[in-house]
Amino acid sequence: MRNEKRLSTFMTVLFTVICVIYVLPILTVVLNSFKLNTFVKTETFAFPTAQSYAGFKNFETGITLGNYPFFKAAFYSLSITLTSTLLILVCTSMAAWYINRVNSRFCKAVYYTCVFSMVVPFQMVMFTLSKTADELSLNTPWTIPIVYLGFGAGLAVFMFTGFVKTIPIEIEEAAYIDGCNPLQTYFRVVFPMLKPTMISVGVLEIMWVWNDYLLPYLVLDRKKYMTIPILIQFLKGSYGTVDLGATMALILLSIIPVIVFYLFCQKYIIKGVAAGAVKG
Amino acid sequence: MGNKKRKVLSGDSLIQKSLRKWFPLFLLPMLLSFIIGFVYPFLRGIYLSFCTFRTTSDAKLTGFGNYAKALNDPTFMHAFWYTALFAVVSVVLINLFAFAVAYALTQKIKGRNLFRTVFFMPNLIGGIVLGYIWSMIFDGILSSMNTSILLETKYGFWGLIILMLWQQIGYMMIIYIAGLQAVPDDMLEAAKIDGANRWQTLFHVTIPNVMPSITICMFLTLSNGFKLFDQNLALTGGQPFIQNADGTVVKTTEMLALNIYNTFYGANVSARGTAQAKAVLFFILVAAISLIQLQYTHKREVQQ
Repeated sequence: MRNEKRLSTFMTVLFTVICVIYVLPILTVVLNSFKLNTFVKTETFAFPTAQSYAGFKNFETGITLGNYPFFKAAFYSLSITLTSTLLILVCTSMAAWYINRVNSRFCKAVYYTCVFSMVVPFQMVMFTLSKTADELSLNTPWTIPIVYLGFGAGLAVFMFTGFVKTIPIEIEEAAYIDGCNPLQTYFRVVFPMLKPTMISVGVLEIMWVWNDYLLPYLVLDRKKYMTIPILIQFLKGSYGTVDLGATMALILLSIIPVIVFYLFCQKYIIKGVAAGAVKG
Repeated sequence: MGNKKRKVLSGDSLIQKSLRKWFPLFLLPMLLSFIIGFVYPFLRGIYLSFCTFRTTSDAKLTGFGNYAKALNDPTFMHAFWYTALFAVVSVVLINLFAFAVAYALTQKIKGRNLFRTVFFMPNLIGGIVLGYIWSMIFDGILSSMNTSILLETKYGFWGLIILMLWQQIGYMMIIYIAGLQAVPDDMLEAAKIDGANRWQTLFHVTIPNVMPSITICMFLTLSNGFKLFDQNLALTGGQPFIQNADGTVVKTTEMLALNIYNTFYGANVSARGTAQAKAVLFFILVAAISLIQLQYTHKREVQQ
């Protein structure tokens, strides 16, 4: 018994040390976002000194770096993430219910095409998808959610269909007999039951769309619209000429909302990830 | 029996009939977007892999020429072997660490929830941002040795491995924890009563019971390794470059996805057909990994 207690204390100490090391990269970003440009490369791991301290100047220059306002990119990132996720949740859950309940040969074909799409890497369709999106003028932040719905439908339909299968159809039939049309049945009966799956799918889509780089980079009209990952890649792409301190300030600004989101929704995020991984 | 009855009934259930009329509202939006965002680009991609083209409008069918070019491209073959090596090393290391962490954090340890939170956190940061955070860190370390991550292939390789470990250990840990928590307590107790020590219990009771999680994580890390793009682009972007005797330039840390991207959008516009052929080969490779996984997990389920 005593041995076990000692082992447990030892493990707590060990993991505390490992976890401190684990967050060091983020701390380094914080440190360097307050340093003058020339000191980022030479004194990466030192605390800012009187000589190297830049105060909040990095943040001021950072938000206009590359002649593109950071908050504009942040706004597009947020807007695209929210609208795409909402669109995916509503359209794919309705489609999954339809597919499962109508269950015709056509529905089965749609379902298996969705499952198939899950194993296709983005590089396979990237050139033709960006051309198609251009031809249909889906190249703005307001229309790109349709592209996300199209390319991301596979996993969502798969996860929703898996859950709809477990709902007993008698409940819906009772609603039908009580005079509900399918739309009412869906929103009053099916939708509330889908909530846990909605959260899982929603978390996966939010994490995907918010961090996605290549799809919006190829689809959006780059001169007008940038998301945060596109902006950061754009800044670093101009080798050496960029202000490293200011870039670190930008990176810090872009990960703060993510960490806040994580701390608040941790339970759902971890559940969503576990559900998505086991099924995908 | 009950189940079968329900199936027959729902075959032409009340819902089905009335729902069919609502096709435009329920299925059509998703179906149209799916055709625009996946089906049409996919089929067009297959077609274009047999064509020479600069833009999609001037495509001319040329047969298997693009595939021959792709397979004879030394940069593509280099990227393939580099990616395969990276994937294998990352699969082994990520799973080893993730399992160890998950195993430790399912024991009675104070603060284990906080530790789990910390391990999972890097997962939420996007690949591009991750790449730049680590390129700053590695350059901070390497600059004291007067070198840079962009100057040596081995730094680029191990740098990317460290980055991926940092990002993915937490994710795989979550899956392993879910698996470990499902191991029946009475089995563990029975092992204890029979006098098995910690290691014997781990290897003869715990690991056989979490085999499904191990399979999932192995294949997930394998296909993640093959599909890696953002982190590769942001950390080294393929540098350092080496010039071969015949004048071709090999980007030594360029992985498959980045190679395909560079072939599509590089200076040589006439190579787009080759790029699309590479993309099809890449798709076949990734799909094959997923199919093997499916068969493997299916077989296990049948056995149990």
